[in-house]
Amino acid sequence: MRRREFALSLFAAPLALQAQQGVTVIQNAKILTITKGTIEGSVVIRDGKIVDVGANVMVPPGAKIIDAAGQFVMPGIIDCHSHIATEAVNEGTLSVSSMTGTGDTVNPEDIGIYRALAGGVTTANILHGSANAIGGKNVVIKMRWGKDTPEILFDGAKPGIKFALGENPKRRGGAPPNFAGGASTSRQRYPATRMGVEDVIREAFTDAKAYKAKWDDYNARTAKGERLIPPRCDLKFEPLVEVLEGKRLVHAHCYRADEILMLLRVADEFGFKIKTLQHVLEGYKVAKELKEHGAGASTFSDWWSYKMEAYDAIPYNAALMHKKGVLVSLNSDSGELMRHLNQEAAKTLRYGGLTEDEALAMITINPARQLDIDNRVGSIEVGKDADIVIFDKHPLSNFAKVQKVFIDGRMYFDRDQDMSEREAKKSKREKMIEQQKPAAPARPQGGRRPV
Amino acid sequence: MSRYLPFLFAVAAWAQSNVVAVRNATIHPASGPAIENGTLVVRNGLIEAVGASINVPADAWVIDGKGLHVYPGLIDSLSKWGLSAAPAEPPGRGGGGGGGRPSGAPPSAGEGSTPNIQFLDDGGPEDRPSNTSWVKAADLVQPADRSIVSARNAGFTTAIVFPTSGIFAGQGSAVNLAGERAGDMVVSSPAGLYISVSSRNFSAFPGSLMGSIAYVRQIYLDAEHYKQAKAMYAQNPRGLQRPAYDRALEGVLEAPRILLPASRKVEVDRMLRFGKELKTPFILYGATEAWRAAGSLKGANIPVLVNLRWPERDRDADPDAKDSLRTLETREMAPSGPAALAKDGVTFAFYASGLDRAADVKRAVKKAVEAGLSKDDALRAMTLNAAKIFGLDDRIGSLEAGKIGNVMITDAEWFEDRARVKFVFVDGKKFEPAPEAEAAKPTAGRTE
Repeated sequence: MRRREFALSLFAAPLALQAQQGVTVIQNAKILTITKGTIEGSVVIRDGKIVDVGANVMVPPGAKIIDAAGQFVMPGIIDCHSHIATEAVNEGTLSVSSMTGTGDTVNPEDIGIYRALAGGVTTANILHGSANAIGGKNVVIKMRWGKDTPEILFDGAKPGIKFALGENPKRRGGAPPNFAGGASTSRQRYPATRMGVEDVIREAFTDAKAYKAKWDDYNARTAKGERLIPPRCDLKFEPLVEVLEGKRLVHAHCYRADEILMLLRVADEFGFKIKTLQHVLEGYKVAKELKEHGAGASTFSDWWSYKMEAYDAIPYNAALMHKKGVLVSLNSDSGELMRHLNQEAAKTLRYGGLTEDEALAMITINPARQLDIDNRVGSIEVGKDADIVIFDKHPLSNFAKVQKVFIDGRMYFDRDQDMSEREAKKSKREKMIEQQKPAAPARPQGGRRPV
Repeated sequence: MSRYLPFLFAVAAWAQSNVVAVRNATIHPASGPAIENGTLVVRNGLIEAVGASINVPADAWVIDGKGLHVYPGLIDSLSKWGLSAAPAEPPGRGGGGGGGRPSGAPPSAGEGSTPNIQFLDDGGPEDRPSNTSWVKAADLVQPADRSIVSARNAGFTTAIVFPTSGIFAGQGSAVNLAGERAGDMVVSSPAGLYISVSSRNFSAFPGSLMGSIAYVRQIYLDAEHYKQAKAMYAQNPRGLQRPAYDRALEGVLEAPRILLPASRKVEVDRMLRFGKELKTPFILYGATEAWRAAGSLKGANIPVLVNLRWPERDRDADPDAKDSLRTLETREMAPSGPAALAKDGVTFAFYASGLDRAADVKRAVKKAVEAGLSKDDALRAMTLNAAKIFGLDDRIGSLEAGKIGNVMITDAEWFEDRARVKFVFVDGKKFEPAPEAEAAKPTAGRTE
């Protein structure tokens, strides 16, 4: 018996059938490829993949033609930090909740998916919340609106896990049980301080190493023919062992420079990598250290001051980290912000003077790299998934609106269609509200009888 | 006084002959087509004969069945009737007795009012919180519970009753709805393990849906490990560490099947995947969105228990609040779910979810019939299919010779509004519902 490989087996359904079969050509567009500059021309999609991009392409007979004259085509936006489409976010009772995961609670019927599509988002990292020093596992989804759970998962995306530093994981440690005005049933929970958060992470990985050693010992001895009862399979430690083995990405919620450096030291000591630091509002202070560790940064453009640890922030954060060589993305952490990430990217032009391509990379190829899915998505290149957004104006303009969104070559959002269906949906709803109105009381409630 | 009613009924029934024959009645056996002018003989608690040309035994107490309709006694497939004294969660955690928590570990919060700092190794899955899998409904049945009388008056003769508090609430038992002692009432036990995964609170693990799912998954891994360790040790204990006894896992392993919650389509799809992952026989309960989820269930070969309380607008809802199209649709379409399940060949049974007035049960079932479910399928969902789902169709669920004498007799076809339950037989004992029991005002749980 071997230790179980949960991360890879949980949703192993082959998903190649998601792709739109046949050929679609988007013509006459300004194509923002992100990695290969801007091209005026066409994108050719076959069976869900981009097969040609350029000013002059062969249009196969029978291809579906979409005329995008005067419009802008860019790769689907990728949000590296989201909590939509899940029916639970936090398992807040433990300081290490690595046995949980958003993969178990995905809700493919969350309207947030459709709204994300309307903002041009095609892929998102659905993270566990930040209540725990070591949180739960995440899943990466594509916004395949209308499909069931296995189908909306990004097949082949590397699994990940959430960590959290600072106020959120320690908040439950110092508060009296009814600090929230008497309504809270929360217990106090270790840790209560930042040094406690560090201790929780150290202890968890120390235990995870011991757990791994126990299995290694068991496997070695049974291989030699010894008769032994196998160790217990522990879902808390399985993901942590995967982190140690480099099979699971760490996405760590953080704000302050000191706690960021703490986490990087702990990771170096235990021999694993932090794939992304999330929020990382003080990342500009420690960009050099981030670069050295190889940690990416996924931050907000200009959202701060919502709590003490989020005050020492500047809108130049993304640009400064980028210029120091850190892989930077802009995320939403919000179903609302998610719908205009293109505008969030535009702010880096104003604050930090990034180029248009650099700005757009922060919501496309950079988050794709942070999620290890850049071989599939994040730019318009031959061979990549046909996850494509058509904007009516340049996506860095405040006035740009998403017109059409394709995932794997299949259209999941069409603004014209959406607008045309609104009236019918509205009247259907009004009709049903009328039908389901509670019947009037059977008996007259006194007063005069009708004549 | 009314607490003695069941007792008085029982005495009255036992004073009669232990052979009863109903003749010239319309018999709906559920296992086959209706029999006009048929005869049913019940002897010593068992069905002796049923058919069109049956001789009435000389020693039988005879009921003239002219105008009467004879059905198998109704079965409530997920119930709490008779469990008025079901225990709450056992005090504190560690109830499972397994997992090796060091002695002297701090007591859990929830015990008393003093909050405790929780230690990292406290309160995790290994402490078996919210798990009373060893509790058996059969041990909790209260024969004098008043709900037994009201349910029986509505035509129910058997309920599959479950403890329902906690994540692993405990083992259900099939219980006949009459008897002086609990032991006489139990038809079969254990019938299945009731599992819930809803989010609870933030005071103890698991507090969320994702925590509960992870916890259930860990429990099944632990149970598998426990079983393997015990088997190895039993085979040859020499040189092996002795596996610690764990009553929570014993209960899990004892369950012939588990019940997983799935009302919405999202939950049906989720629990279909999860149930398969647990590698244990399972059935789904809820199925409010069966009208949308039937496609997922088609061919899955997983039985479904359908809640007869159709969704309705909260009576206290703000009259000006506008519900979403999805909510409105769910309310309108929910009763068509059973028809969709029948069409897709999914085995399903109804559960009354506390509705114990004949008129309320009938109104709810008729909504499904009006939405396309055949009367035969509706009847089976309250009789034979419920028995089949719990592996009890060899003894209850239909009127066939040799089965337990559980019978409902109405004075018109059951689906007609004017039909009243005239007689109920439980284990061959005759009960006559008091007429006023049905004339009462509708309860708050009515489904209009």
